[in-house]
Amino acid sequence: MGVHVALFLAILATLVVSGATGPADVSTADAARVVVGHLVPDVSWMRDGSITPLQDQAVWQFRLPRTLLAGLAGAGLALAGALMQAAVRNPLAEPYVLGVSAGAGVGAVAVITLGSAAVGGLPLSGAAFLGALGATAAVYLLARQHGVLAPTRMILAGVALGSLLSAVTSYLTLTTEAQNVFSVLFFLLGSVSAATMDQLAVPAAALAAVTLYALANARALNALLVGDENATALGVGVNRLRGRLVIAASLLTGAVVAVSGGIGFVGLVVPHTARILVGADHRRMLTVTILGGALFLMVADVLARTVAAPTEIPIGIVTAVVGAPCFLWLIRQGRAARAGMLR
Amino acid sequence: MRIDFTDVVVRRGGSRVVHGATFRVEPGQVAGLVGPNGSGKSSLLRSLYRVTRPESGTVAVGGQDVWTLPPRTVARQVAVMTQESTADFDLDVLDIVLLGRLPHHRGFGGDSPRDLALADRALARVGAADLAGRPFAGLSGGEKQRVLLARALVQESQVLVLDEPTNHLDISFQLELMRIIGELGLTTLAALHDLNLAAAHCDVVAVLRAGRIVAQGPPADVLTPDLIHDVFGVRADVLAHPASGRPLIAFSPLPSRSPDSPAPEHPVKEHTSCPVPSSPASPPREQPSPPSASSR
Repeated sequence: MGVHVALFLAILATLVVSGATGPADVSTADAARVVVGHLVPDVSWMRDGSITPLQDQAVWQFRLPRTLLAGLAGAGLALAGALMQAAVRNPLAEPYVLGVSAGAGVGAVAVITLGSAAVGGLPLSGAAFLGALGATAAVYLLARQHGVLAPTRMILAGVALGSLLSAVTSYLTLTTEAQNVFSVLFFLLGSVSAATMDQLAVPAAALAAVTLYALANARALNALLVGDENATALGVGVNRLRGRLVIAASLLTGAVVAVSGGIGFVGLVVPHTARILVGADHRRMLTVTILGGALFLMVADVLARTVAAPTEIPIGIVTAVVGAPCFLWLIRQGRAARAGMLR
Repeated sequence: MRIDFTDVVVRRGGSRVVHGATFRVEPGQVAGLVGPNGSGKSSLLRSLYRVTRPESGTVAVGGQDVWTLPPRTVARQVAVMTQESTADFDLDVLDIVLLGRLPHHRGFGGDSPRDLALADRALARVGAADLAGRPFAGLSGGEKQRVLLARALVQESQVLVLDEPTNHLDISFQLELMRIIGELGLTTLAALHDLNLAAAHCDVVAVLRAGRIVAQGPPADVLTPDLIHDVFGVRADVLAHPASGRPLIAFSPLPSRSPDSPAPEHPVKEHTSCPVPSSPASPPREQPSPPSASSR
């Protein structure tokens, strides 16, 4: 419980700090006031001129949406990673293991380089989501044999199809005009900078649905950890559960990637960190994973805006540069043994 | 609850591994399934705990076909100690034991006080109360078996299925495990490699050879020198256990050529494929030795 409360408070604090961070001068207190003012009707400071329209706009229309998207993306990718790791029983699994990001990459890059008309007039996020779904469906069908979804075949099919799709993306990128390359890179590395409130709905709904599904199946997820036969003997329909987990994780990942690009590292590392902190029992680690993922990307986004200001660096670079050393330190701690890191 | 295998045929990896097995375990009986490696013991058990669906035939528990019941319902009736023991992400011992409550719960929620009490009692019963907070992966083979038995106990099932439960166990815990199992009063079906363990602890045994049940009944009637010779390809002398009076089997390798023993009834390759794995009562590994050499 303590971990959850700490993470939740840290998320709230980051939200406020984010609101106060940027070129337009807004104090931390004013940032908090703007947020509260939009949520609670009729508060005095929204009317008496103590907040300028510029400040209001900066906080509510630019900073808050991107921070919320960072939070949603972090939570979604971390949850998807945890589910994928449990589903294929492999600590190296991550949300993109089934080629989701490569598929989204093809969709998005096709729109950037060939124009929206080339993919039937879809907007970039729509094309990215469709690409993610297509890749997942292909891997799922390729990995299925005699109605059985074998984890190893699934991982290998995902890696192979991912390479194929990445090749398409690379070709499109290399043959396009130079001015498009920056947009392509920004999508592939992931970014939340252009977020609007409207974009939050789909990832938020996906996150809510998959969270409910995962928590409702937390015990069955634990059973998967002790092997397919044991799980079957405990009454878990292993094949069906595995299929549903993979689909749920991929839909969630697709919904996130479509708006934020292929932000890496979160989905692999946050679930492991959660296991080190609270153990591998999904009834404890899933919620820590979700909150931890949200916090991690929200902090990363604040850093992405500030460390090289006024230039913004892609959030994927920050997650890796900040996250990797922390994670490397963590896996050498004694507690890492609890998360299976002695083998 | 009664267990009924009726004409069960199991196919695994493209070939038939069980050819029409019919076998019944009465309520409360402890039944042993014995046979050489690859004779189909585990496959037959898997058809009971719903891992491998039989190609034909039925497996029923309490008169109901387990393959027509929901998996969760079967798991409330049948608890299993499998040979599989993997955990890529480590759970603590208590978490592993509490997994046994899975068939009794649905959805959200933590463990009820009753769950925890059951887990404590089960761990105490198998002599593993002090292991509760340890990571499962850090346990020794014997400690793991204790924990897995405790998990089976909290399932509160009426049927207990054990696949080679005494593998990797020292003799003391082998006997303790079989004693605990006997005291539970559950309908029990155990695949066993050790014929002496089966003779000492089972009410009935069924002998599998190449996917067929070739004999079944009380151990004293079934585990005869002739049958052991035929099925396992070793010489067996059946004595009376000095303490219990139950059958005690002494094994020795078949002489490779001996004028007074009958010609082998099946191909030699079948013999060489079935030495009983190391256990206190098993024969020495096949080795070049003079035809008349006695093993002990």
